[in-house]
Amino acid sequence: MVERAATPTVPPWRRRVMRVARALTTPLAPDDYLGLLNPAWSARELTGMIVRIKPETEDASTVVVRPSFRWGGHRPGQYLRIGAELNGVRHWRAYSLTSDPDHPEGLVSVTVKHVPEGRMSPWFTRGAEAGQMVFLGDVEGEFRLPEAIPARSLFISAGSGVTPIWSMLRELERRDALTDVFHVHCARTADGMIFGDYLRRMDVEYDGYTLHAHLTGGAPRLRPSDLDELCSDWRERATFLSGPRDMIDAFQSHWKEHGDSTLLNIERFQPIIGTGDADVGNGGTVRFRVTDVEATCDVGVSILVGGEQAGGILPYGCRMGICHTCVGKLCQGQVRDLRTGELHGEPGHTIRTCVNAPEGHIEIEL
Amino acid sequence: MTTTVASNGRAHRHPSGTPEAPQGGHARPFPPGHPLARLTPEQIDEIGAAFQRIHEDVYADLGEADAHYIRSLVEFHRRLAALSRIVLMASRYLPAWLLGTTGLSVAKILENMELGHNIMHGQWDWMNDPYIHSSTWDWDTVSPAAAWKHSDNYLHHTFTNIVGLDKDVGYEIMRVDPKQPWNPVYLLQPFYNVLLMLFFEWGVGVHDLDIDAIRKGTKDMSQLRDELKGIGQKVGRQVLKDYVIFPALSGRKGFKQTFAANFTANIVRNIWSNAIIFCGHFPDQAYTYTQEEAADESRGAWYLRQLLGSVNIDGGDTFHLMSGNLSYQVEHHLYPDLPSSRYKEIAPKVRAICEQYGLPYNTGPFLRQWSMVQRTLIRLAFPGGKVRPKAPPYVKPPAQEDPGPVVASARGPIPAFP
Repeated sequence: MVERAATPTVPPWRRRVMRVARALTTPLAPDDYLGLLNPAWSARELTGMIVRIKPETEDASTVVVRPSFRWGGHRPGQYLRIGAELNGVRHWRAYSLTSDPDHPEGLVSVTVKHVPEGRMSPWFTRGAEAGQMVFLGDVEGEFRLPEAIPARSLFISAGSGVTPIWSMLRELERRDALTDVFHVHCARTADGMIFGDYLRRMDVEYDGYTLHAHLTGGAPRLRPSDLDELCSDWRERATFLSGPRDMIDAFQSHWKEHGDSTLLNIERFQPIIGTGDADVGNGGTVRFRVTDVEATCDVGVSILVGGEQAGGILPYGCRMGICHTCVGKLCQGQVRDLRTGELHGEPGHTIRTCVNAPEGHIEIEL
Repeated sequence: MTTTVASNGRAHRHPSGTPEAPQGGHARPFPPGHPLARLTPEQIDEIGAAFQRIHEDVYADLGEADAHYIRSLVEFHRRLAALSRIVLMASRYLPAWLLGTTGLSVAKILENMELGHNIMHGQWDWMNDPYIHSSTWDWDTVSPAAAWKHSDNYLHHTFTNIVGLDKDVGYEIMRVDPKQPWNPVYLLQPFYNVLLMLFFEWGVGVHDLDIDAIRKGTKDMSQLRDELKGIGQKVGRQVLKDYVIFPALSGRKGFKQTFAANFTANIVRNIWSNAIIFCGHFPDQAYTYTQEEAADESRGAWYLRQLLGSVNIDGGDTFHLMSGNLSYQVEHHLYPDLPSSRYKEIAPKVRAICEQYGLPYNTGPFLRQWSMVQRTLIRLAFPGGKVRPKAPPYVKPPAQEDPGPVVASARGPIPAFP
């Protein structure tokens, strides 16, 4: 299976008409033919046109996109999967959304930091131009502002990790909720700080927002223990943390030992899941109909891992439930989501094999 | 036969990963005169590596131009199909009927051969485009995509021409090789061969049900039920489209004519695809194998089985396009996951390997190949039958120097000026 863009939201009448018209176009969809007349008429997948690329720093740019259909909205802090074709191959990456969810012109943006050895980020920051087409995936991510805004909060960010934090701060500013916010941001230099001007202006303008820029050019990295000095009441604040993996690990264990873990919100990318670490559900057996393999999955073992252990060669991508490369059609039985513990699935549903485990016997078309 | 998966989840089919060569020079049970009996295990390994290198070179070179090719063709097919359907709304006028039927036949052939077959082989999966991808593509025939992918991609391409394992050797209903035991039912073969030709898509549709397993009662019943349901749904949609809705759109006076036009287009496509596909492995030149001969084969031997078991058809670019490049059956079987549009440039490299190691390169003109197949189908309806003579080692024809344009002179033709 292959990673897909989101499905645009279209009016119900259109959906009904298309369902009827499909009798004429089967096995293709009416949208496949509409797209021949004008690519924008096809509601097959959500695409977008790059409107402009706005440099933020020397090596970070905001990519502004006009979606082909009405933007369904997002919550500040969430990320968007965005795809583009490079030399005939479609590639996907996830970036934090930095646009206002209710932009008056319906525009959306992601802010991308140039990674020299990467593939997509150099294209966005150096190669892409206005007028080029991108593919817009689903909006995802649990790292976002809670409905009830906390009275006191602490934001900790490093490098390009500032992008989701910036979206949240902007939302607080718009809702006039910058009442008691402390923000520690780590960057190499003051000039290299993404959204640096904006954050510094907020620092001046709002009494309730304090920015501490921790410049690491020459200085040691920020340690969790530095917080006692910077923000002595960090234990009582709702904290939002976004940065590189090792930084998250360090702060997470610090909160576990010295603070209240329930107050710490982090961007929760679990790199590997489904290898049996999670104690969820009862496990079960899988029959892969196409590969012709029978697998047994112990508690917490994903369909993908179980199938691979049984000798099956199965498609996979991120192995953490983001990219949808590994999906297959469920023919029989139910599965359990290893991330949430939820039991779900009906025959005909497409499920991600990397984050779901069988519950009892299942059959899958893979 | 093993399969490896690239980090992006793409599955490539590879021959057996065990590089273990057979013990000794002639441990394999091949009869004298068989190309494999002549080769040493070292040579077989070399050949395997040479074929593998071609794959790597072409795969690394795929890009924008290839993507452009397949997208243009997808678009061309859709325009041609839509236009033909529109023209057929006036099908009660003979010229419109002829034009529409021709257009629709060509569209259906392109869709079946160069698009459907090749996309469902995963030849374009590297593009990562969800709409030109083996996991999502469905074709304009009564055969469900999933069923075909299992029987062709997996069974046929893995066990190519191994009698008893490759269900495409006779499709479980025909005797196409003298190694298959005779049975009185085969006396009817010349008759149902014609039926299969006309209604090939229906044959392909039920092929994957595994008639043998059903007969023996080893088939999983819930799976059979689901598969029959899949075929039923597909058949229903196809029949409704071709034989109810589009005829109805031609009005009361045109219903019958459009019905006939769509029926004709389906039959034309069936006859054509049947002819091309039967010419791929059933002509005299193709070698078949016993299970013993193909047991524990090395990667090189896998490539050689594909090479010797497949037969090309000579023809021009249009012919190759209309046959979905299955006229490059040899290249297709060596590299089922490479885009069909690349077979033409791969062919000379394959021929060079054949020449170097004294191997045959099976090919021939269409009518000769097709007649050969029909001859075999009639002969093998009766008991017995001998293995037919195979092609000699490939030798590159001497390059003919193009003398260029000439003009007449008193002393005979002389080179033209300028």
